[in-house]
Amino acid sequence: MAQHQVNYTKDGGLPVMLTTVDHLINWGRSNSMWFLTYGLACCAIEMMASGASRYDFDRFGTIFRASPRQADVMVVAGTLTKKHAEFIRRLYDQMTEPKWVISMGSCANTGGMFNTYATVQGVDRVIPVDIYLPGCAPRPETLQYAAMLLQQKIRRERAFKKLPKKRLV
Amino acid sequence: MQQVNRLSPFFENLVFERSDNHMIVNFGPQHPSAHGQLRLILELAGEMVVKAHPDIGYLHRGMEKMGENMIYNEFLPTTDRMDYIAASANNYAFALAVERLLGIEDKVPRRAKIIRMMLLELNRIISHLFWLATHALDVGAMSVFLYCFREREFAMDLMEDYCGARLTHSAVRIGGVPLDLPEGWLESLSKFLDHMPEGIADYEGLLDQNRIWKMRLEDVGNLTPEMAKSWGVSGPTLRGSGIKYDIRKEEPYELYDEVEFDIPFCDARDSYGRYKLYMQEMRESLKILAQLIPMYKESEHGLMAHAPKYLSATKEDMMTQNYSLMQHFVLVTQGMRPPVGEVYAPTESPKGELGFFIRSEGEPYAYRLKIRAPSFFHTGLLTDLLPGHYLADVVTIIGNLNIVFGEIDR
Repeated sequence: MAQHQVNYTKDGGLPVMLTTVDHLINWGRSNSMWFLTYGLACCAIEMMASGASRYDFDRFGTIFRASPRQADVMVVAGTLTKKHAEFIRRLYDQMTEPKWVISMGSCANTGGMFNTYATVQGVDRVIPVDIYLPGCAPRPETLQYAAMLLQQKIRRERAFKKLPKKRLV
Repeated sequence: MQQVNRLSPFFENLVFERSDNHMIVNFGPQHPSAHGQLRLILELAGEMVVKAHPDIGYLHRGMEKMGENMIYNEFLPTTDRMDYIAASANNYAFALAVERLLGIEDKVPRRAKIIRMMLLELNRIISHLFWLATHALDVGAMSVFLYCFREREFAMDLMEDYCGARLTHSAVRIGGVPLDLPEGWLESLSKFLDHMPEGIADYEGLLDQNRIWKMRLEDVGNLTPEMAKSWGVSGPTLRGSGIKYDIRKEEPYELYDEVEFDIPFCDARDSYGRYKLYMQEMRESLKILAQLIPMYKESEHGLMAHAPKYLSATKEDMMTQNYSLMQHFVLVTQGMRPPVGEVYAPTESPKGELGFFIRSEGEPYAYRLKIRAPSFFHTGLLTDLLPGHYLADVVTIIGNLNIVFGEIDR
């Protein structure tokens, strides 16, 4: 016979937590964002630095994946040129829903300093962007902050809603 | 024919369906071990590469054209984005070319030269560490990547203390350097110099006798001296083929003739030999940095060359003398007008010979600005180097050649 009796009204109460399925799913999604390694130019080096020893991105549950089919978040790190534009769209389409895009650095945001014939003036002309990071190149801390903002954004979303088509600027 | 309004690559000459047993594999342009946006079209017989065709231009940003539409000082931050792993080396190469054009190379103060050399060698270490990190990551050694970035961050801290930026420094100006070393920087540098050999010993302990590392690198990417010469290879890749050629020794710039250092080279010709070479080069850079610290302490103040026709006066002069302020205004709004002529200044960047060719017509803009980037020639080399290797070795060879796409496509 069990001698031990639990008083569910004392000491923190029931060993049960009530939540919604939305919360649970979003908790899982926001804490295991897998990044697609989309290093295009200089910002890729800072992206790698944020994954390396000092900045240790794995704390956020982010793992860099090489395949778009295993990734949730695309970090466009660097200059997108017109020659490459087709491939970024193709890779974005290959990613499974739900998917998010972080545009890292001035070049990806607006074309930055490269206002030339060869550069796409902002990656949002090709794929929809969730978060824009300023800087040339943004520091790893900036990318970490963006990851945290994206986590907040994911937690606010409804998990089972049919996702509306993201608008292209 | 390519449709004009659609962004589609040219596939006309490429036949993917073949009647023989050969297979065409498309590698890139977004491949995690392509070190940027390299697209390789490989023809395979089984697992052996028969033909390799590197396709570049996916990061072409039109830098040379930008150089023709910007005044010289404006273009300097753009050079940061070329070889973004060692930005100061590019800044310096451009500044040197413009200084030669203006004829003020000898007027650069000694202290500025010492600071420039410190930045250059620090950048060489940063670049080599990054090379080792990514190369090891490609070959499969994840922990080496983490170890290398540990020391690299310390070197980046030094750069950040000096100029405020981690990656895109713009720390060298035409005619000198903008800032003196901040307080306590030399102490941090000597601390870094003390710790760095332990780091190098760590990497060598992890890799030198590592069975997998040796299997993947030895006898892979054999580059004969003849092939290296005919492809215009330079830098550590050339020295790995037994040719002792370093521009720091051949055509010394700055104060490289005053410091003592060796040019490491080896006859191994394969990837493993080049790996040993990079390790040795880092040690030589540390040796140069150690010699520069006492030289800096003996040097006199003065950071920018005195050439009122081309360069702004010091801040104090600008604030006190009307003429200096006017000069500064003209130089900023219109830009300097170098004499008519052309110049090519080669420098030894961490990857090889980096040089800027400038043709000036006496205007504030260059008439033509051509960049000779080492990685461009190393990419061409892939055509000859890859055939005869297995598909798995392709990644090793790309990583080993130390190519950076900002520099290739410009």
